[in-house]
Amino acid sequence: MNITIPELALVVLVGASGSGKSTFARRHFLPTEVLSSDTFRGLVSDDENNQAASRDAFEVLHYIAAKRLAAGRLTVVDATNVQPQDRKPLIALARQYHCIPVAIVLNLPERLCSDRNQQRPDRQFGAHVVQRHVQNLRRSLRSLKREGFRHIYELNSLEDIDSATIERQPLWTNRKAERGPFDIIGDVHGCCDELEQLLETLGYRAVETEQADAPFWQFPTYRHPEGRRAVFLGDLVDRGPRSLDTLRLVHNMVAADTALCVPGNHDMKLLRKLKGKNVKVNHGLEQTLAEIDALPSDQRDEAIAAMRQFLDALISHLVLDDGRLVVAHAGMKAELQGRGSGYVREFALYGETTGEIDEFGLPVRYNWAAEYRGQAMVVYGHTPVPTAEWLNQTIDIDTGCVFGGQLTALRYPEKTLVSIPAQRVYCEPVKPLAAPAGVRTIAAPPLTAQQQHDDLLDIADVLGKRLISTRLQRQVTIRDENAIAALEVMSRFAANPKWLIYLPPTMSPVATSKHPGYLEYPTEAFAYYQQLGITSVVCEEKHMGSRAVVIVCRDEAVAHRRFGVSDEGIGICYTRTGRRFFTDPALEAELLARLNAALTSSGLWEQLQTDWVCLDCELMPWSVKAQGLLRQQYAAVGAAANQALSQAVAQLQQASDRGVDVGALLPYCQQRQQLAHQYVDAYRRYCWPVTSIADLKLAPFHILATEGAVHTDKTHTWHMQQIAQFCQSDPDLLLATPYHVVDLNDAASQSNSIDWWCDRTASGGEGMVVKPIEFVSHTAKGLVQPAVKCRGQDYLRIIYGPEYSTPENLERLRQRGLSKKRSLALREFALGIEALERFVAGAPLRQVHECVFGVLALESEPVDPRL
Amino acid sequence: MLLTLTTTYGPATDLGYLLHKHPDRCQAFPMSFGQAFVFYPEAGAERCTAALMLDIDPVGLVRGKSTSLEQYVNDRPYVASSFLSVAIAKVFGTALAGQCNQRPELVATAIPLTVSLPVLPCRGGEAVLRQLFEPLGYEVTAQPLPLDDQFPDWGNSPYFAVNLHHTVRLADLLSHLYVLIPVLDDEKHYWVGDEEVEKLLRHGSGWLSHHPARETITRRYLKQQRQLTRLALEQLSEGDRPDPDAEEAPQAQAEEQLEQPISLNQQRMAAVVAALKASGAKRVVDLGCGEGKLLRSLLKDPGFEHIAGVDVSHRALERAQERLERGFFSPTQRSRLNLFQGSLTYRDERLSGFDAATVVEVIEHLDPDRLASLERVLFEFARPQVVIITTPNIEYNSRFAGLPAGTLRHSDHRFEWTRAEFQTWATQVAERFGYRVQFHGIGAEDLAVGTPTQMGVFER
Repeated sequence: MNITIPELALVVLVGASGSGKSTFARRHFLPTEVLSSDTFRGLVSDDENNQAASRDAFEVLHYIAAKRLAAGRLTVVDATNVQPQDRKPLIALARQYHCIPVAIVLNLPERLCSDRNQQRPDRQFGAHVVQRHVQNLRRSLRSLKREGFRHIYELNSLEDIDSATIERQPLWTNRKAERGPFDIIGDVHGCCDELEQLLETLGYRAVETEQADAPFWQFPTYRHPEGRRAVFLGDLVDRGPRSLDTLRLVHNMVAADTALCVPGNHDMKLLRKLKGKNVKVNHGLEQTLAEIDALPSDQRDEAIAAMRQFLDALISHLVLDDGRLVVAHAGMKAELQGRGSGYVREFALYGETTGEIDEFGLPVRYNWAAEYRGQAMVVYGHTPVPTAEWLNQTIDIDTGCVFGGQLTALRYPEKTLVSIPAQRVYCEPVKPLAAPAGVRTIAAPPLTAQQQHDDLLDIADVLGKRLISTRLQRQVTIRDENAIAALEVMSRFAANPKWLIYLPPTMSPVATSKHPGYLEYPTEAFAYYQQLGITSVVCEEKHMGSRAVVIVCRDEAVAHRRFGVSDEGIGICYTRTGRRFFTDPALEAELLARLNAALTSSGLWEQLQTDWVCLDCELMPWSVKAQGLLRQQYAAVGAAANQALSQAVAQLQQASDRGVDVGALLPYCQQRQQLAHQYVDAYRRYCWPVTSIADLKLAPFHILATEGAVHTDKTHTWHMQQIAQFCQSDPDLLLATPYHVVDLNDAASQSNSIDWWCDRTASGGEGMVVKPIEFVSHTAKGLVQPAVKCRGQDYLRIIYGPEYSTPENLERLRQRGLSKKRSLALREFALGIEALERFVAGAPLRQVHECVFGVLALESEPVDPRL
Repeated sequence: MLLTLTTTYGPATDLGYLLHKHPDRCQAFPMSFGQAFVFYPEAGAERCTAALMLDIDPVGLVRGKSTSLEQYVNDRPYVASSFLSVAIAKVFGTALAGQCNQRPELVATAIPLTVSLPVLPCRGGEAVLRQLFEPLGYEVTAQPLPLDDQFPDWGNSPYFAVNLHHTVRLADLLSHLYVLIPVLDDEKHYWVGDEEVEKLLRHGSGWLSHHPARETITRRYLKQQRQLTRLALEQLSEGDRPDPDAEEAPQAQAEEQLEQPISLNQQRMAAVVAALKASGAKRVVDLGCGEGKLLRSLLKDPGFEHIAGVDVSHRALERAQERLERGFFSPTQRSRLNLFQGSLTYRDERLSGFDAATVVEVIEHLDPDRLASLERVLFEFARPQVVIITTPNIEYNSRFAGLPAGTLRHSDHRFEWTRAEFQTWATQVAERFGYRVQFHGIGAEDLAVGTPTQMGVFER
């Protein structure tokens, strides 16, 4: 016997003890697919035959079965299952997860089972048990169908059992192998004129149908010369003037395999009518029926039969392109995709309603798309909307053609929309199309559905351990405890998350130098990249200020449209942890206005075809942001050191003057005093009072993103040149970073760079940042550090302490582990770029926020702060 | 790192006997944290000065604590701190114990002594310094050290150049320094354990028990270890028990001190609990519960069947947990309570299903532009029957003596509202989300400026 089971099914084996269920299961299923009650008795009680443990065993079995079914895994329950109460919870599980319940009954004579049990030392429970099993089983046979099993297979002899083969069938909804490209078309409702026009616009051509399987289908067939295929979202009929032509057109395309089609509620209502069921003739069904009535009477029956056959074969929803695309008339929740049950079909046809009725007397629809978190893109129709808008990777493309709106198609994978306006209003809508109910309207111009939804983020999208897939690194893990820290910072200090489309990664220093007197030296940076096979690097001066991410829009309307913010000015300047850089909003506004003016006069908007830009910058002086740190930490230590050491030197001098041998102590203290002075000089260079914008300097070094583009595909020289260009427009505020390119295969080029570094750091510069010339580089081992910093000797005093440079201190400090810092730098870089990519691609805010939140979470990892 | 000790008691060089250190030699002593040196810058018959200098290894200080985010640019090598106490005990141990075989009579004699500490960190400023030393008879001169003379507007550092003069027995002076230097610094370089109580009692014997600032001294010396503090204070005070719950984050402490004369916090809690009782709420969520003051009041009342405490600070939740565990609540009582981390700017399923939400002194910790999120999270999604919000009334600030004009009560307050501002906001929120709101004052009412705290009770 050939047993056919759906690929996602709950298979329930039914048979007396000794009927060979476990052997059967072993032969046909994976060990992990089979949940055997014996195994679970063993797991909870160490004895597979301990009947007293059955209750616990089944509890665990059901729990695991639920997990498997939720994950979409075929599951086989190997237990006697001879009584209805044994099967009832299993049927309930299958229903809950919308899987098909299948019963395979092993119906063997009682004698045979008993004999088998006799031969097993662990199954000495007497013949009466088997007898009862067999009686129960026989009594069950008739009720299985009624209990809810969709397929029931009976194996009534040893031969049946031995010869049985099992074939797994893909679910009808599973069309993952169909990869497109597709043109997905919303509710047509008999607007065949517009449909024909739309298909023409999309590039389809009508050809004569070669062999219609019934005269009713006499109608052209549309084909696309490049093999694109149409996908119809249902509601082909009713309300419009040419419902039957629409059916003919779609049928012929489906028959010619140039289209796929899912049913709509109107199509199914028509089907019920055609099947002779009693349905209420309203909502435009009367027009379709009138068209049928107008058919010549001798063709009518055959036409009805043809339509019935076509409509009956439509599948509730389709999962396409390896699971990346789901189409259904009224949408499909993630947990229902690719499943088969009455509920799934209902959802596909009608969606879900909240039970309330709106002011127009229409049922209020449950907005499943607002909560959609699935991976697949869902394209649907059913609810007429004024314009098709993305929300959480879902889009409703029913733009109400029959109500005088448009007929819309979504090109997949291009994600572009093509619309044909209705030639006229065929049907007056009950509810005006323009004002979607239940959606909060904020200030004009209206935000997109996605932006309105994104007004508030959900804590479930950030808390707990998270795995984030990024383009640059396969997966970045955010640990629970780091998310906890990030939530606090994000909630208490960060700016409006709508602005936070990027957070900068941490940067590792170069490997520790062996150069006498130095902890960091450029040689190590060059050697590091050279060993990775990189031949060209850019060296940029490292400014000692504070990291600032600056977003500037051309005007406030752009900020509103693109970032969804209201009354927050033309942009923002925020710190590496997402806080607003300035406490004084006027100063921030002034800075943004100046930057805007510079970008305008340099023509950057036109050049990059954008009306906003996100820049990675350093803002100076350091003292403007680091006031607290400077006063509490740096200046305080300097004051203490100077006072303590000058007193010590004075006292030692006095002792020495009166003849006490103080040995090396005096010169030692004098040297320390000198180092303390150098330390104070080091931090002083980065401090100056700020009373107005005239005292600020902004040095942008990356043009991170503009409309439609994340500029990580450009070299750093491109970034530097573009930036230098607009910096010229406002040299008082904007600082073009000095840089040079080093050819790593050229020793002279390297040594010139080292000289430059020595020179700059000797005159108070912080140091330099060395980056591969390409923004993103990979080697066989993976992503390469996007940058390493090489800091000057004196600058490091404010990191390692005033006296770090004495030989004995330096020797000890050389042991520093960079691997954790570097690993963090890569993960944060990958997340930061991912956030930008997602924002530019128009992803929902939570997907951008997830990455930015991830950077913040990683930043809470304890790592040596001196690196 | 430097201390000098000068006497004018003739012959002054006898100081060398008292200290057991020869005036004409420079001696070094190895210490766990580096080295200590003793030398005499001057040694005449009229005047003799001994210097104790520490060379603290700055690299050694931080190495080995690789995961700690402690700052590496550290004042420890340069200031007088607990390291100095350790050095006094080790280098001048005999003098500290009051022993001197050569000059036994001198040990028992009060002699004129001047201590000079060029860099003494004084947490709490000069007032605390004087509070500590003046009751013991010292003449105190203190000169604050500027942070950086190139940036005069940065003001002064927390350090003072200090001279202490007194006619006193050397052993007593050393024990005063031993205890009071770390107290002023308020930071210990080593783990504070049980033996510290014993050390404190030993070195404080004879003077600490009647020192007017003994509670501050004890608490700071034991570095805020509550248990130890209580133990020591009990031994000192014999009977009159200090409040065991005196610990708070310093910020909140400052705010509380400000508001203390009227014990505003207690009145606030009482008002909130009363409003909750009046509403008949059984399931209550306290948003921004902090260390759980309100939660404890709610737990004591069995009428509140289910209580949740939510805060964005995980540390605050941990402290709330600890405090509740110390609060002698039975397991049944505690089972009514659930603490979890949450944020008022993210929509959160877990906040649904409560009869009432309390938001006590929380909204002023949010940036004004983030309030819109809080409004939706609370009134649109969590949507309890009752919402109680309290916030400071800024008008009342002029009545706080300790608060400079134009300053907010807490440095993390992003705003404080007048009564009109709060009521405008609350009324508009209530209207938008279908609530009614009533306003109440909390604390003593001033005719001109109202009450220190204002409360809005929203119901739907």
